This record gives sequence, structure tokens and C-alpha cells, in this order.
Amino acid sequence: MTVAVAVTDLHKSFGGTPVLRGVDLSVARGSVTCVIGPSGSGKSTLLRCLNHLEKPDHGEIEVDGVLVGYRRHRGKLYELKEKVIAGQRASIGMVFQGFHLFGHLTVLENVIEAPVGVLGVPRGEAVESAAALIARVGLAGREGAYPRQLSGGQQQRVAIARALAMRPKVMLFDEPTSALDPELVGEVLEVMKDLAADGMTMIVVTHEIGFARSVADTVVFLDEGSVVESGPPGVVLDAPRHVRTREFLARVR
Amino acid sequence: MSASTVVSPVSVRKAAEIVPLRRPGRWVSASLVLLALLVVLWSVVTNPQFQWGVVVRYFTTEAVLRGLGLTLWLTALTVVLGFAIGGVLAVMRLSGNPVLVGVSWGYVWLFRSVPLLVQLLFWFNIGALYPVLSGATPVIGPVTAVIIGLVLHEAAYAAEIVRGGILSVDAGQVEAALALGMRRGRVLRRIVLPQAMRAIIPAAGNMLIGTLKGTSIVSVLAVQDLLYSVQLIYNRNYLIIPLLLVATIWYVLVTSLLSVGQYYVERYYSRGAGRLS
Repeated sequence: MTVAVAVTDLHKSFGGTPVLRGVDLSVARGSVTCVIGPSGSGKSTLLRCLNHLEKPDHGEIEVDGVLVGYRRHRGKLYELKEKVIAGQRASIGMVFQGFHLFGHLTVLENVIEAPVGVLGVPRGEAVESAAALIARVGLAGREGAYPRQLSGGQQQRVAIARALAMRPKVMLFDEPTSALDPELVGEVLEVMKDLAADGMTMIVVTHEIGFARSVADTVVFLDEGSVVESGPPGVVLDAPRHVRTREFLARVR
Repeated sequence: MSASTVVSPVSVRKAAEIVPLRRPGRWVSASLVLLALLVVLWSVVTNPQFQWGVVVRYFTTEAVLRGLGLTLWLTALTVVLGFAIGGVLAVMRLSGNPVLVGVSWGYVWLFRSVPLLVQLLFWFNIGALYPVLSGATPVIGPVTAVIIGLVLHEAAYAAEIVRGGILSVDAGQVEAALALGMRRGRVLRRIVLPQAMRAIIPAAGNMLIGTLKGTSIVSVLAVQDLLYSVQLIYNRNYLIIPLLLVATIWYVLVTSLLSVGQYYVERYYSRGAGRLS
């Protein structure tokens, strides 16, 4: 197996409160990893460290064999320039709980903004592949709509298309369905399942245990800033070894 | 019960017609206000002291138009430079650099604290502080002095308007843009500022109109703007009221045009905001 994402001894605290206390994680290329755990367990922070939206206090993160945010030199990690970090982020897709589509841009403009502006893809080419992505998430014909004219589920699907337009090596999903009305959760999960079937490497922070069971290759249970247990969903979700995992699963069911 | 009222059983009874409340007070108050307006209007039209003929005669004389030109030019320069500097100050204030934050805060504090007229007089008399600047051919003449003063004053207010606009944009927009690999400058230019404009434009439009009228303060320093131009004329011919009316009408005309422009700019920047879609 080739490792797509490797996290080693990751620590992060906010104002003296430790949120991550030494997280180790390894994600195989083409696999789906679901991170579950109680709120405040550090799931989102872990995800946000992966593309350097949060700066780790300690630890190393490698995506596709490249150290994220830092340069190793004589046994120390030196923070990289903004330009280099931006370049690294360009190949790591992220989908947020709150969608965060650019409100002043149409669906199509949202999807082509970064490919054209960051990667320098010619506009015509970007529009063409954007249209294909928008169709893929089931929103063909809505290219000209503004985000506020769409339902939450539609907005989140556009957000997925926007991230995919950068042809990322890894896709990070930060509770992608938590802000949605229950009847809209399914359409977003369908798009994500489709993506997983296509071989995309995905790390998904989620409360959707059903999704984790059916799609995940690995489930990671995070509690109080460290990995309590991880493994195939059949083990972690159905026969958890750790009492904290059992308690958590009993509560969310 | 009279014979004409037939009470039908509940099941077949039609819903009764609704009669709005009569409001005689409205008619009375509206008539009173209109009457008062008519009295004022009548006096304006019939009072010969307004000398409307003089107003018409001077409205487009060269001296007045030249003054209007300077007023418009001063306004444009002040707003453009003021907002350019104000934008930089706003970004400094929101940067993570404590020195830049402090300097920006200090600037806004100082220039909002000093009355514009006091500041203009300072710049006008800068030679007393730095004699180099006022020799036989002064580096800072009256026009330069008022431009510096107006721009520095404008920048302090513009900084707060732009800062407010930037803060009105959800932080998630910045995160999403960064996650796509955009750099800070690009995020500000392409994502944050276009959305901040929705909050900036109404305040900036207010500021622009305020500046247009505010430039009349430069007449104190004998700079020939619209107001000073008409003052020069009425100091010769004593037709004070009609010439003040010439200036007034020009100010109202330009302000009205700017308000119309603001409407269209606002409409442009509120695309995607839901109200127009």
C-alpha cells in the first residue's frame, strides 16, 4: 500500500487547552478514512492541520510524501513561505460543514475561480471541466445560479465540485452533512460514495455512522485529542475493543 | 333583528366583507403639511429678494463653472486618495503585525480627533514649522495644503468604513479560499473585497456626498472652489442671496446625480445577495 497521508505525533493546543495530544495516522492512497468521536475531541482540528489551516504545535504531516507547511533542515522544521504553503493546499481538497461557497459568484464561477486563478488553467478549458464536474454532482443546468438560490444540499455538492476542480490528491471533508436538513443529507453522501468508488483518497470527519460503515476502509475513533482505536468499520463500529468507543457509539445510535 | 339581515347556518355562511378603518386624521394632517409647503413655495416664488433672474444669469458664468470644476476635482481627488490610503490603513489594522495595527489605530485616532478646519490651517501654515516648505515659491501652496488636509482627514474615516466592510465578510470565505490554494492578496482582491463592497458602498456614498459639500470649507483658505467663486462675485455686486442660491443648486444637482450613481453601484455589488434574484 502507498501512503497518501501520514501524521506523526501531532500536537495542537488553543490558548493552553490541548486539543490534539499526539495523533498518529496513516491513510492509504485510494482509501476512505472516517474520523468519528465526540464534539471537542479534536476531529476538525486534526483535519484543519492537514492543509495547514491550523499550524501544529508539534508533529509532522506528510501528504503524498511531502511535508506540509514545513521544510526539514538539520533536524528542525522551518515554516514555509505563504506561497509554498498555498501551492501545497492547492492539491488538498477541503469541504466544510458550512459550505462556504463564494456568495458573489455563480456556481460556475465558484468552480473555476481557483483553477483559473491559482493553477492558471485557460478559462475555456476550466469552464469545460467545471461543467462536467457540476453535472457529476447532479447540478447540470444550475451553472448560473448564485449559492443563495440553492438548497444546503445543492450548495454542499457545488462545494465538492469546487474542491474537485483542483484535481486534489486527497479530499478532506469536515462534517459535510452536519449543517443540512435531514432530507438533504442523502444527496451529499451519494456524491461522496460515488467519489470513493472512483478511488479518491478521502478523510471524512462525520457523525454519519451508517456512511462510515458502508463506505469507510478505516474508521478512526478520536477522543480527547488522541486516537483511541482505529481499524476496519466491522471492528471499530461493530466490535469495538475500547470501552470509550462503545460508550460513544451507544450514545450516537 | 331587521328583516334584511338573514343569519344563515354556519356551514353555508359566506365570510363577511372586510372594511378598513377610516383614518380622517390622515387627511387632516396631510392637508396641513401640504398647505404649509404651499405657503413656503409661494413666498419663494413671489419674494422678489430671491432674484431668480440673477440666479439664472450667474448659474453658468465662467467663474462659477470654474469653481464647480475645482470643487468636483477636489472631491474626486480626496475620495480616491482617501479611500486608497484608508484601504491600506484598514488592511494594516487587520494584519497580524502589532506595529502596523498600532500605527493604523493611532492614525485614525489622531485624524479623527482634529477638526478638518484646524488641520487645514496647520497645513496652510506649515512654513512656520518647516521654513523649507514655504520659500519664494512655496512647496505647499493653498491648494496643495487643502488637498493634503482633505485626503488625510478622509483616509481616517475611509479606513473605518473599509475595515467594517471587510469584517462583515464571513471568515469561512477566507478559509475556503485559502484551502483552494489562493494566496492572501488574491483572497482579499477576489473574494473578500467584492463581498465587503456591499457593506462599504452605502457608507462610502454617504462619505462622497459629505466630502463634496465638505470641500466648501476650503473657501476659508481663499481656494476658489464653488462657494468661494460665488463669494468673490457677491463681494463685488452685493447680490448675496441669489449667488448663494447658485452654489446651493449646483451642490444639490451634483449630490442628486451621485445618489443615482450610488443606486446602480449598490445594485451591482448586491448580486448573489438574494434580494434581486
